[in-house]
Amino acid sequence: MATTELLNITPLPMQVTPADWPGGYWWHWVFFTIVIIAFVLIMVMGAIYIERRGMARMQSRLGPNRTGPFGLLQPVADAVKVLLKENIVPATADKIVHWLAPIVAFAPVLMIFTVIPFQNGALLADLNIGILYIVAISSVATVGTFMAGWGSGNKYSLLGAMRNIAAVVSYEIPMVLAIVGVVMVSGSLSMNQIVAGQDIPYILMQPLGFLIFFIAACAEINRSPFDLMEADSELTAGFHTEYSGMKFAMFYLVEYAEAIAMSAIITTLFLSGWRGPLLPPWLWFIIKTFIVFFVMVWTRTTLPRVRIDQLMGLAWKFLFPLALINLFVTAIQVVVWPDISQWIFVIVNIAIAGALILLWSKFFKLGQGRIEV
Amino acid sequence: MGLEIAFWIMAIVMVAAALAVIFLRNVFRAALALVLCFIAVAGIYVTLSADFLAAVQILVYVGAISVLIILGVMMTREVQNGNPVNKMELPAAIVATLLLGILVYVVTSTPWSISALDPLTPTTMPLATKLFSENGFILPVEIGAVLLLAAILGAIVITREDKK
Repeated sequence: MATTELLNITPLPMQVTPADWPGGYWWHWVFFTIVIIAFVLIMVMGAIYIERRGMARMQSRLGPNRTGPFGLLQPVADAVKVLLKENIVPATADKIVHWLAPIVAFAPVLMIFTVIPFQNGALLADLNIGILYIVAISSVATVGTFMAGWGSGNKYSLLGAMRNIAAVVSYEIPMVLAIVGVVMVSGSLSMNQIVAGQDIPYILMQPLGFLIFFIAACAEINRSPFDLMEADSELTAGFHTEYSGMKFAMFYLVEYAEAIAMSAIITTLFLSGWRGPLLPPWLWFIIKTFIVFFVMVWTRTTLPRVRIDQLMGLAWKFLFPLALINLFVTAIQVVVWPDISQWIFVIVNIAIAGALILLWSKFFKLGQGRIEV
Repeated sequence: MGLEIAFWIMAIVMVAAALAVIFLRNVFRAALALVLCFIAVAGIYVTLSADFLAAVQILVYVGAISVLIILGVMMTREVQNGNPVNKMELPAAIVATLLLGILVYVVTSTPWSISALDPLTPTTMPLATKLFSENGFILPVEIGAVLLLAAILGAIVITREDKK
């Protein structure tokens, strides 16, 4: 079979970390749990700094620049401020659900990092079903959003949660189809193996899949231009309107941790993860994650917010058919020509992606009055 | 030993959550208890070395079905009244008791054969072979999908409001 040949991954020049590094099952577990929590917290602070300063730069203003050198300590000051705030629970709230919601939202985001390799073999668990695990776990975070929306006893919170379900259920489909394209080319679901097999970054092999995944990921985590569920001008703050203090801080953390998680997944699936010349692998991984996050900030400042009908239309009429075609083309390439040079596919796939996007943009018009949904 | 402890924790959580689904008057909390029950089932799959099945369980039952149930709860009118009692109490009790009796009888009377082989690792390759090879299960799976589609269409036809 064609797929089994692709599984024989060529040995890498880099040193492979042994499976139970740094020795023993429990040491491994403790070490990587601490690493993941520290990684997420520090990356979130970096992400907040990049977003606020980068966005300010793109909008011709300064952004926070008073606390510490270049405003570097602003996230710390914000965190301290928000933790000292009073914890207010509305009288009509469902108390237990209101209290549990931030925890249910935060735990899955941390669990995503379980299978993301920081270096060859340096991950908490090299699960054989890695990417499927990520898709499954990240779908649990939606339940947390719902609990927040419902438990607050506020109509704006509920509306935000309802919009979230519409976005998540619709964009899950093109996102998973884009992932399947990568899985077919790499022949493995394990995140470490996907990186190890990426001699050519899959952003070149799967340009259409990358674009679909990037758009769907932005919609899943509700970043602009898809931030309908917390659209300030319409819904005050969406599902976390009624949260304050520590619990609000948790939701704020979840928002950025999800963005970092998606950047890390895109890095691993499409940008060849920790692989790169000269610099140590973990540094490459962090640099690439920040680059992807920067592109997210860039799209946020560039594009205006979409309407709810446009959100649905984009998922079902644009991304979904393109994802299916992408899957079909990739399947033909993997099955019929398993042996020829992958650079040919790079050129062919980029051409196909360009042609399809041009074609669909002719079919599919937005922003010219009403569209029928 | 560790596996056994994990199994018992999962089993107790699962039964408690399932009881909560039935006895909670608040429909939204009942739906959340259902989510907990599904997650515990996935945990049991993990202890049985069925990692693929566990991930699919979370993905389908927690990520899709529970979320749709919760959406249904949110769309329900007068949901604050909880779970009102209607006249079907007695027939429902009879049907439920019969079903429970049949299930208990089937589970206890079936001679369960336990494989002496070690569990397969990795599980993805054998699953793929079972599904897509010759004499694979692809046709039954597809028929199951068509059946589900028919069920969805039926649900839409039943719940559609009449246009007069």
